[in-house]
Amino acid sequence: MSDVAASPGNTNTASAAPETMAWDSKARRVVVLYLPLACFVIILLFPFYWMAVTAFKPNAELYDFQRFNPFWISSPTLDHIYHLLFNTAYPRWLWTTMLVAIASTFLSLVASTLAAYAIQRLRFRGSQYVGLAIYLAYLVPPSILFIPLATMVVQLGLFDTPFALILVYPTFLVPFCTWLLIGYFKSIPYELEECALIDGATRLQILRQITLPLAVPGLISAGIFSFTLSWNEFIYALAFIQSSENKTVPVAILTELVTGDVYQWGALMAGSLLGSLPVAIFYSFFVDYYVSSLTGAVKE
Amino acid sequence: MSTATSTAPAWVRQRQQPGALARLFDSKPFLIVVCLLPAVGLLMTFLTYPLGLGIWLAFTDQTIGRPGIYIGLENFEFLFEDPIFWGAVFYSVFYTAIATVGKFGLGLWLALLLNQHLPMKSILRAIILLPWIVPTVLSAIAFWWIYDPQFSILSWLAMKIGIRETPFDFINSAWPARWSLIWANIWRGIPFVAISLLAGLQTISPSLYEAALLDGASPWQRFRYITFPMLLPILAIVMTFSIIFTFTDFQLVYAITRGGPVNSTHLLATLAFQRGIPGGQLGEGAAIAVSMIPFLVFATLFSYFALARRKWQQGEAND
Repeated sequence: MSDVAASPGNTNTASAAPETMAWDSKARRVVVLYLPLACFVIILLFPFYWMAVTAFKPNAELYDFQRFNPFWISSPTLDHIYHLLFNTAYPRWLWTTMLVAIASTFLSLVASTLAAYAIQRLRFRGSQYVGLAIYLAYLVPPSILFIPLATMVVQLGLFDTPFALILVYPTFLVPFCTWLLIGYFKSIPYELEECALIDGATRLQILRQITLPLAVPGLISAGIFSFTLSWNEFIYALAFIQSSENKTVPVAILTELVTGDVYQWGALMAGSLLGSLPVAIFYSFFVDYYVSSLTGAVKE
Repeated sequence: MSTATSTAPAWVRQRQQPGALARLFDSKPFLIVVCLLPAVGLLMTFLTYPLGLGIWLAFTDQTIGRPGIYIGLENFEFLFEDPIFWGAVFYSVFYTAIATVGKFGLGLWLALLLNQHLPMKSILRAIILLPWIVPTVLSAIAFWWIYDPQFSILSWLAMKIGIRETPFDFINSAWPARWSLIWANIWRGIPFVAISLLAGLQTISPSLYEAALLDGASPWQRFRYITFPMLLPILAIVMTFSIIFTFTDFQLVYAITRGGPVNSTHLLATLAFQRGIPGGQLGEGAAIAVSMIPFLVFATLFSYFALARRKWQQGEAND
């Protein structure tokens, strides 16, 4: 690992003081910095490019690399997207996914805001251990839980309903959000709350009128993160949902669109593209919040 | 003060007596319980209880539609002699090891590149995170298409350049399929590692590098004795997370190969799913899932000691 990292380590201090580096010539910078960076960007983005190109290609071009350059589309078509929207239950899947993601995000935000407030502000004996226990809950992966959860979901009569997903997704959202919000509450000066207490505000008023408004950026970060995580969730949705109309987008594309031995790559790629777009758009509005939540949670 | 109140008593408004409900909500013990109840209740019901239930199921012969009875270690004895299970254990460890090394090598490299003065840095950062936010299954389907035996774009490219005569065999035989899946996992993991480590790099004070430069440290020495040790705490945490979620990975393998060809790419999670849900052998599936726990405990302990080390380094007493 350190071998790979050795070469960029050479130019590491360039950020500190570029003018002091006489040897840091332009040509060197291109070779050491821009060239690898360009390779990274191309490799990281290529699957998306390929997804988009395939989604708009007519079938005749899709399987004929001799006459058409595969990297470009000579006659773009909306056939695959039309097929997806009008011949399959795709709009329905999108709707279910949206519903599940929004409901579980809301549920976990409420639960984790209250929990984080209790742990960080209403300090009580053992609050640290409650915080640690919630953190440890994040380390329990869904792959271990889905079999017992499936039996529970059947017993509760929630099998094959979106409610099963709405109730289960908070298991991995709440630990993350709580941890993020504890960090956020920590950054809000406690003096503000003390002032309000002296002025005779109740604790609920303080939470509603002082702490929450100040924690809005943290709430947004937690919300975005939860939304993308529940949009992307796969294993629970695969195990708990059986009927076609209740499936979420990732599961439905894999189980409903893959039929027989001949894969309809055009429709598959169009479905993947459309399924990725909502999170990608949502994400592009809040990139900074997203990055801060990602790195904030890691640092906490 | 006392004279003022006595001369103008009508001026003082009586403080409203809060109702019983308001007083209840102002008492600290009650508030603590109410605030913790939703989160702790949810986690207890849907995380702690199923975790225990899963361990119990591993010792029963439950199938779908029939409650199981306790059968002791029979599931584990059966798995112990099952070559497919050992294949899955081997591939899970192999997959985790190679993918972690790849992700962290490339991710650290990318983080170091991004830590320099660059035009359009924020856009670049946003683009780089894309593979991580897009649903894994959907990008896995894109990889499946890229790995197509007949119409793979990579094969076409290689044949066009003249490196190869025949298309690549990506996922139709055991070893190529294993490597292809590992590569897809690395591709997906690089952004997370790079962005987290970038955040760690940005907290390192430039004055340390200036001091090293004055002392005549070589670039390699600056990396080895400043960047790497300062990055170690965050590196340890990110790596723990990465190891846990790579080891228990499900989506990529399920989407691209479903454990095939001939069970050669099963991870423990996909094998547990295959035996447990479509196969209906809930007890056996749970036993496979439970056998992942020792590995996870190991990774968590690793994280715990790395955190302890950080406290010691920074001389902090708490938090």
